[in-house]
Amino acid sequence: MGISWYNPRVRSIVYQTGVLAAVIAVVWFFTATAQENLERLNISTGFGFLDTTAGFGIIQTLIPYTEQSSYGRAFLVGLLNTLSVAVIGIVLSTMLGFVIGVARLSPNWLLAKIAAAYVEVMRNIPLLLQLFFWYFAVLRPLPGPAESIEALPGVFLSNRGLILPDPVLDAGAGMFFGALAAAAVAGFVLVRWARARQRATGQLFPALRVAAALIVVLPLLAWAIGGTPFHLEYATRGDFDFSGGVRLLPEFVALVLGLTLYTAAFIGEIVRAGIQSVDRGQGEAAAALGLKDSTTLRLVVVPQALRLIVPPLTSQILNLTKNSSLAVAIAYPDLVAVFAGTVLNQTGQAIEVIAITMAVYLTLSLATSLAMNWYNARIALRER
Amino acid sequence: MRNPVAALLLGILIGVGGLYFVLPYDAAAVLAGRGTAPATAVETEPGAERTGAGETLRRVMRRGFLQCGVSQGLAGFSSPDERGRWSGIDVDYCRAIAAAIFGDGEKVRFRPLSAKDRFTALQSGEVDILSRNTTWTMSRDTQLGFDFAGVIYYDGQAFMVRKSSGITKAEQLAGATICTQTGTTTELNLADYFRGRGLDYRVLSFEKNDEAISAYDQGRCDGYTTDASGLYAERLKMQHPADNIVLPEIISKEPLGPVIRQGDPQWADIARWTLSALLNAEELGITSENIEEMRESENPLVRRLLGAEGSYGASVGLRPDWVIDIVRAVGNYGEIFERNVGVDTPLGIERGLNALWTDGGVMYAPPIR
Repeated sequence: MGISWYNPRVRSIVYQTGVLAAVIAVVWFFTATAQENLERLNISTGFGFLDTTAGFGIIQTLIPYTEQSSYGRAFLVGLLNTLSVAVIGIVLSTMLGFVIGVARLSPNWLLAKIAAAYVEVMRNIPLLLQLFFWYFAVLRPLPGPAESIEALPGVFLSNRGLILPDPVLDAGAGMFFGALAAAAVAGFVLVRWARARQRATGQLFPALRVAAALIVVLPLLAWAIGGTPFHLEYATRGDFDFSGGVRLLPEFVALVLGLTLYTAAFIGEIVRAGIQSVDRGQGEAAAALGLKDSTTLRLVVVPQALRLIVPPLTSQILNLTKNSSLAVAIAYPDLVAVFAGTVLNQTGQAIEVIAITMAVYLTLSLATSLAMNWYNARIALRER
Repeated sequence: MRNPVAALLLGILIGVGGLYFVLPYDAAAVLAGRGTAPATAVETEPGAERTGAGETLRRVMRRGFLQCGVSQGLAGFSSPDERGRWSGIDVDYCRAIAAAIFGDGEKVRFRPLSAKDRFTALQSGEVDILSRNTTWTMSRDTQLGFDFAGVIYYDGQAFMVRKSSGITKAEQLAGATICTQTGTTTELNLADYFRGRGLDYRVLSFEKNDEAISAYDQGRCDGYTTDASGLYAERLKMQHPADNIVLPEIISKEPLGPVIRQGDPQWADIARWTLSALLNAEELGITSENIEEMRESENPLVRRLLGAEGSYGASVGLRPDWVIDIVRAVGNYGEIFERNVGVDTPLGIERGLNALWTDGGVMYAPPIR
């Protein structure tokens, strides 16, 4: 045939390389223009600024950070603040979402209606408004530190946040946590062994209960032998504020609350859809075989529902992570507020800072997708 | 398929060739490595506007009004009233430039910018000038591609606390939570102050100044910090202004001034000499009230300033009577100060450092001659 326009392979290669070249040219054009303009306007470029002293304070730092730390360190602080909100939000919203989803299908009329109302209210109000509500209407008007509410001994609630006692490790800590870890490992092995035995012989073993008992008893035993693992150090009221203790900022609490309650509504609907997709006949067949309701749910309905739940759940998890950037509206020092806000403004290097920030969110999202896809593949229907 | 390489080359050729026709002229020129494109090609995209000597002035005149970046509402400096009319020192400075260019101080549009967005807005050409209580620092002058036109207000950072806290000195703030606005020199000075004294503090940075104020006002923070003039202005917004006091310590130097982009020396001259004209007018006693009589003055300094002698307006691309229009529109520097922040206004700020050098202040403008 040779090279001929009528050869479909030739055409396809021509089109594809054409598109590729166009894309490369466009990217190159924008890069070249930006570079030229930056040079002409005398704006410094490059990533050297990351090593420069930041010089500003951040109210919540999970890693040591002082004003003498670098902008790069400030970036890490912001990143960790974002991650901590995202991880806590994902865990809480998934748990709450499952409860809501199951509750919507409950035969209990009141419970089902409450769950339905929750979903309709939460998912139809913009997240930003909900954040404002939690922050400005609920947490801000709390009394100041001097009149703070002492909910439990050592637990203070004020407009400076939720102050908890700080657990300080004692001599018995190593033994206690060692026992906890040993119990967890033993429980895991036990459950696997019980499952294998059931497959082989059909005999049941109450592995879960035994494992739970192990996890409670072993550490208690260690406590009795090795002494107290930790003691609580209570926060004390200072001139302005509390000193000591673990502090959850109101900005943090508002953000976690808002993200969790909002996303849980969506996850609830996803869970409901997943459960409803499992044919009624499956449940009836299980009942006919004499399985208990809880066993039916655990062994028949949920494994099949999960296949439908996981892909949309992934996108909700991604949404939550990305939505956490609304933190900037309520002064929580997340990545966007600290890095794409303060650092950008102090250095003026908009292109570099925004590029890094976008790369971080992209990486986080891709990593989450990857993990969820791996999980999805694991639970997918395996045809035998 | 016999020869994939040939097909590949053909594809690249078609792709780039297609782009050459699709993209505007200058884009293709950049791609072809032909360097700078003519300014006309990018007229539609303000973000990509090019500057060069005289380009900013030409663009402003073609547009018919000045784009001026101001704050989102800081009483005395730039704030809109209930009918949306802006007033303040920073606003009057922009009106002065508009008057110098168009002979009409109203030919200006104000764009409210947060502290965080202000520099990007100027860099990208969204505003022609940034007149937004911005501190002149070396890094802003050298690394952001900006020039400062001078100092319009000498300020310094201070703290505000509640009277009920019993605090009378800034050093008593050890361990306190301080509210401030992000993206400001304030944030850095605050860190410097406490770090330099080895004191502990917590800083809560808000993107909008109003949010920082309300956080302080509602008791989320023990103190609020910004430039002293700003403290007096913001105190007016509080639920009970009288319950708050400004601490006496001034912890930093904050020379506030208008900012322009580098790369257009003529525009920088207009910005700088408009400011000087305002100060020189005050020094020579020219006010918006006596400007018509002053035109007849025999004083050579006045005659030069008002364009009766020499061609100082023309040297920056303006009309000879540019200063007359400025003073008619907004008055001299002293009038602007007294009208917006002076002792007869709610802010009640004394001239202090901002008095003319002849009156014990540091306001000293280079002569127009």
